Amino acid sequence: MRQDHLITATQLSRDDIEAVLDRARAVADDPAAYADRHAGRVLALCFFEPSTRTRMSFDSAAKRLGMNTIDMGDVDSSSVSKGESLSDTVRVIEGYADALVLRHPSEGAATLAGERVDVPVVNAGDGAGQHPSQTLLDLHTIREDHGLDDLTIGVMGDLKYGRTVHSLAAALTEFDANQHFISPESLRLPRSVRFDLHETGAQIREHDDLEPILDELDVLYVTRIQKERFPDENEYHRVAGEYQIDAETLADAPDDLTVMHPLPRVDEIAPDVDETDHARYFEQAHNGIPVRMALLDTLLENANPDGDEGTEVGR
Amino acid sequence: MSDHELRVSKIRDGTVIDHVEGGQALNVLAILGIDGSEGLGVSVGMNVPSDRLGRKDIVKVEDRELSQSEVDVLSLIAPEATINIVRDFEVVEKNRVTRPDGVTGVLSCPNRNCITNAGEPVETRFDVVADGVRCDYCATILRSDIADHIDV
Repeated sequence: MRQDHLITATQLSRDDIEAVLDRARAVADDPAAYADRHAGRVLALCFFEPSTRTRMSFDSAAKRLGMNTIDMGDVDSSSVSKGESLSDTVRVIEGYADALVLRHPSEGAATLAGERVDVPVVNAGDGAGQHPSQTLLDLHTIREDHGLDDLTIGVMGDLKYGRTVHSLAAALTEFDANQHFISPESLRLPRSVRFDLHETGAQIREHDDLEPILDELDVLYVTRIQKERFPDENEYHRVAGEYQIDAETLADAPDDLTVMHPLPRVDEIAPDVDETDHARYFEQAHNGIPVRMALLDTLLENANPDGDEGTEVGR
Repeated sequence: MSDHELRVSKIRDGTVIDHVEGGQALNVLAILGIDGSEGLGVSVGMNVPSDRLGRKDIVKVEDRELSQSEVDVLSLIAPEATINIVRDFEVVEKNRVTRPDGVTGVLSCPNRNCITNAGEPVETRFDVVADGVRCDYCATILRSDIADHIDV
């Protein structure tokens, strides 16, 4: 992968993706070989929106590469609450760190940050836009179970606002996957994502119900339907209830169906699914470590091609 | 009725935007930020017969020549337009518009949650795609309603 930043899944070629996933596998096989790889380097965690697993996953991945991490803390207690622009914030933090991980509530925030700084920026979620590092760990999980060729995947839930869905759908076009999208009418894929899928000639089909296509699927990727997307709470309960699965739903599913979820889940996957052979969402979350280690390793290598020494202080 | 029979008087100095798709003349004026209050002489012909387009609009603006960014945006809603610069009753330049690869600092993003609408010191940038424009930041696609988002 010859990229300076990871902003959107649409920037990734098949080769880019496979290179990171190969490296993730190497990391998982021999983590000790990577333990001091980036000693002396610092990763800045810039989360303008609450996050538990993504933040901790990057924190852990960085430390397992020998890096230190700095964290700007809650937005309420930072300079952002004083009205500082994102442009200024990232320019300042650039001087403190060798790479930035950014989550922000506005779409396009990571693109802007990438234009403002010279150190690698990883988009860890920009509003309802993209979440490409999640996609890499999703693909790693799928690859371990099924490989990435001749894949048939069903993506269910909030497809409109779900940034993990937008990134995953874009990346899967590189592998010519058959993609089925299952959602209520009001939460279908946004025009921009649909545009990219059509541009690549991707095979996509949209459905109201999971049931008719369940037996075709290799992977079922479930996402949370959020209450705040509905003006009326009754409407939310009615709609959300139709996009929940339990062990009974999966009774007729193919034996090797992999069920995934970016987490956190609320009630869209019943706990009884956890005990089935289909459930893969906890491994999926754990895969965040080797994949993000591989990603950071790759970006830092690209940014520092002359060696693996920590960068000079006070550039 | 051919073009030269149009009963709109010639202008001395200014711009004639011809071969605008029928019904788009008011959007053309919107792009140019002309609503009459600036005192420019403006003539508009709408849905007049045209050999090339069937029906077309034509806009004449006195004492005003278009900037490149105005022409760029104009090309998005009036891709067939010709732009005639008139000085002392003579057409001194006649140009077809060409679709640019992108437009910078001219349109505002319709996505309220786009970072370009968050008070950042950043110019908007749109790529021109098949049938519209697309925000470089949030990827929102703008099609028929481009004229509503002109910010010049």
